[in-house]
Amino acid sequence: MEDIEAIGLLQDPVRRRLYTFVVGQGREVGRNEAAEAAGVTRTLAAFHLDRLAEAGLLETASRRLSGRSGPGAGRPAKVYRRAAGERGVSLPPRDYRTAASVLAEAVEGAGLDGPLQDAARARGRELAAGPCADLGAAAELLAARGYEPFPDGEVLRLRNCPFHVLAEEFPPLVCGMNLALLEGLLEGGEVAVRMDARPGLCCVALSKNNKD
Amino acid sequence: MPEHHLAQFNVAPLRHPLDDPRMAEFVALVGPVNALADAAPGFVWRLVEDGAADATALRPAGDDVIVNFSVWESRDALWEFVYRSGHLDAMRRRREWFAPPAAAHLVLWWIPAGHVPTVAEGMERLTLLREHGPTPRAFTFQTMATPEEAARAGGQSSAAACRPAAAAVRK
Repeated sequence: MEDIEAIGLLQDPVRRRLYTFVVGQGREVGRNEAAEAAGVTRTLAAFHLDRLAEAGLLETASRRLSGRSGPGAGRPAKVYRRAAGERGVSLPPRDYRTAASVLAEAVEGAGLDGPLQDAARARGRELAAGPCADLGAAAELLAARGYEPFPDGEVLRLRNCPFHVLAEEFPPLVCGMNLALLEGLLEGGEVAVRMDARPGLCCVALSKNNKD
Repeated sequence: MPEHHLAQFNVAPLRHPLDDPRMAEFVALVGPVNALADAAPGFVWRLVEDGAADATALRPAGDDVIVNFSVWESRDALWEFVYRSGHLDAMRRRREWFAPPAAAHLVLWWIPAGHVPTVAEGMERLTLLREHGPTPRAFTFQTMATPEEAARAGGQSSAAACRPAAAAVRK
């Protein structure tokens, strides 16, 4: 399906609530809980979730949600999670991804990790509106930049890497750039930024600054 | 158990000798990062010099070039360790310690599960990659081949069978 058609499906407010809920959980979500979260019936939720899956915005699987298996465990339930692919529309057409990839290849080949990190840190400072007083303020700031932060105990982790495709192509280069960008963005506040790479997440973790 | 394991060999040209104070932070990371590899899911083997804890004193690619050589159960196991673990935090600082390589510096290839590769084999695969670009016999993360493609291309290297294996850490 064309990107513009897939994205267009999210104009429907129920679909959008369902999509936002599934994405926000960061795991497989069943029809019942999605329906409850979106405030619609299970049948309506199932219909819209399947539309989103057909459009490639969600992926589906079959799971026994009870945790039991074998006879008597019941029929497997259909579960949904965000699809891995990216969707984007630009009018007029723009292709910053190819430009970024070519630039990154040259920077990688020349070994310019240091200057790249310096530039990213400086850009982070420019983008910052002021120091973040606490993790809540940092979460708001990073949510606005697309990182999808979520609390994990005392730590704030980031569900989404805004530079995902480039980071898969040039991991140390781009993850180092991203860390420096966030260091600049959160400099001078009460929030400490560090690299703590985990499967499936952005490699940066945030915590309360323990400098004193 | 998979029939094939993935071997990775890479070379890193040192900016300074390992006993230079500018390399101290790298040297301090070698032990912990190796321990992280040894404990990582899908880790099979890594090169270790006889009587040492690591391979930093082995210099098959030149006096000022260290090598890193390991075997993994799958592409994903290697990827998750290299780029999705504490190893990445060391890697982002690579240019403080290592010069940018002038040619391909990391090569991947499939080996039969249980085979312990030799340094000569690693050098041979890197040379293959440098001279012919990525092929099913010598490739990179961006240009992965399957074990079947490697078998069709005559997967085994000539150096593999007959040389004594280097000392190894096995999980």
